[in-house]
Amino acid sequence: MSKTKYILGAFADPDEMLLGIDKLQEHNIAIYDVFTPMPIHGIEAKLGIKPSRLPKAAFWFGLTGTCTAFAMIYYMLVFDWPMNIGGKPAFAVPDFVPVLFELTVLFAAFGMVFTFFFKNHLFPGRTPRVMHLRATNDRFIIAINAQEVSDAKKVESLLKDAGAVEVLHNDRKYVSYE
Amino acid sequence: MSSHHESILREPLITGENITYAKITEDVLVPVENKANKAWWIGFTIASLGALLWVFAVSYTFWTGIGAWGLNKTVGWAWDITGFVWWVGIGHAGTLISAVLLLFRQNWRNSINRSAEAMTIFAVICAATYIISHMGRPWLFYWALPLPNQFGSLWVNFNSPLVWDVFAISTYFSVSLIFWYTGLLPDIATIRDRATGLRRKIYSTLSFGWNGSVKTWQRFEAVSLILAGVSTPLVLSVHTIVSMDFATSVIPGWHTTIFPPYFVAGAIFSGFAMVQTLLLITRKVMNFENYITMFHIESMNKIIIVTGSIVGVAYLTELFIAWYSGAEYEQYAFLNRVSGPYWWAYWCMMTCNVISPQLFWFKKIRTSIAASWILSIVVNIGMWFERFVIIVTSLHRDYLPSSWVMFYPTWVDVAIFVGSIGVFFTLFLLFLRFLPAIAMAEVKLLVKSSSEQAKKELIAKGNLNKEHAKFYVDSLSKYDSVNPADYAKI
Repeated sequence: MSKTKYILGAFADPDEMLLGIDKLQEHNIAIYDVFTPMPIHGIEAKLGIKPSRLPKAAFWFGLTGTCTAFAMIYYMLVFDWPMNIGGKPAFAVPDFVPVLFELTVLFAAFGMVFTFFFKNHLFPGRTPRVMHLRATNDRFIIAINAQEVSDAKKVESLLKDAGAVEVLHNDRKYVSYE
Repeated sequence: MSSHHESILREPLITGENITYAKITEDVLVPVENKANKAWWIGFTIASLGALLWVFAVSYTFWTGIGAWGLNKTVGWAWDITGFVWWVGIGHAGTLISAVLLLFRQNWRNSINRSAEAMTIFAVICAATYIISHMGRPWLFYWALPLPNQFGSLWVNFNSPLVWDVFAISTYFSVSLIFWYTGLLPDIATIRDRATGLRRKIYSTLSFGWNGSVKTWQRFEAVSLILAGVSTPLVLSVHTIVSMDFATSVIPGWHTTIFPPYFVAGAIFSGFAMVQTLLLITRKVMNFENYITMFHIESMNKIIIVTGSIVGVAYLTELFIAWYSGAEYEQYAFLNRVSGPYWWAYWCMMTCNVISPQLFWFKKIRTSIAASWILSIVVNIGMWFERFVIIVTSLHRDYLPSSWVMFYPTWVDVAIFVGSIGVFFTLFLLFLRFLPAIAMAEVKLLVKSSSEQAKKELIAKGNLNKEHAKFYVDSLSKYDSVNPADYAKI
């Protein structure tokens, strides 16, 4: 048993998986991570994961875009080469609005998505670190670090009680390297 | 949360028996994991011949110059800008479905958003090719970008809607692309974990290493929501700016403040029609009847009536304002549209966009697949004529009667237009073959709350208000994928 690195409880139903999290937490068993084929609301609260700060990041990226656009247009149209177009002022703020808006959206969207990719280590060609191959299909996986658990049998019985269809004691962390 | 049951009165969003998470994966991935069927090959062959025609016609245009088109000194924009606006408009429905319906928590978007967004991207590609090819010297396209003076004599003019359009279209395209691709990551990971060998390697690269951990999903949802939030005003701004290309000029028939809302409504109208055209075939050929149900078809038809009616009001407003303005050039422009040499184009537009979509008020018609498909094509024809009428009838009789002319397209104009449809369908068919056409992760969210199966269980348990249950069972009669006999015994 000491060779076991991770204990995985595979559930067929998200509600049973949430029950499994509750049962483990009642017995102070730390959960390493949970892998699901779709977003299940409520897991973050149970695991005590803080809300994402990405929306705030998006706001600041957007503001950067607005400022960049304003600086660019101001430099080009007002500072570097003001043009006399029918005697109208070069510093025509209403005409700046569409481009200010577009660059705000562009910076917010790209800034946020790339921050997301960076923080979660998502990039083309990254080796997928998958613990259970059906976690992206129809299984809801609770992973427990076996090194931190004294009684693996108890973990197994708790998971089974909650409705796990399969409990694995894996010697390797990830299956996807095989 | 996932066990939350919604009101029994709501129609189901997924039908069919024994729907499990695994079955959704199996059903959606049938076209991706198996050899393409005959229908796909026939479609792909025709579409790629169209795409080849496009390559030839555009190359011919580049080689000989814009003189290859039917343009003349009076009519300087015709099929090129008509095609551009038509394609950009078609693209709008995808963003509307993926962004606006997400903000409004319309769960029926879950099974159509993926293919509608793909349609957006391919439609904007077609639109962008028109922009490049109408430039005359397309190899100097970068002059439209704000580059230093050495590239020309001056900076670009940020007072011009044409420059705004450069920013709007490129932002729209790139933001739609990342929105679509981020949403694809979990589904590509599903294909990856089921595949072997080279296919696994390819989908592994494309999946960016997605593993579905809690933190990934949490950030994914934050990203989806914010992208939906910024895409909503973005999509409105794009067609607003396209309409300003016309509205800020001093051409009679173009110089009107009604253009932005009128163009946006028209864009959503034509976009939903194109979604309908594509999905009615996709659902049949790919056996997606349980995921793209009659409820989806009917909902889209309702959006088509609403936006079609808004467009109708805009047409009538234009006519009224032209008369009421007392401006003789404006009055003549509209008299010429209605009764001039292009009267047939105007009335074709009126019939296809305003009159025929009103047939969707009849439930029989809006829940008929054949009628929906035919009317969706009619709307697309009508919206092409709308842009043609706006562009060509305003230009062909300008302020100087001695320069009044008619516009006649050459074979190159026709070939580029037909070819662009080929390019669009080639890309769409490749998408259906290699990527999941339905967002599996999002559809799986509906299994426990909004599926016919879950609701049937509730009825069988018998704790519901009998009237409500009856109302629900009656609403199922329109579904072609539900057998009413199943409910007889309950």
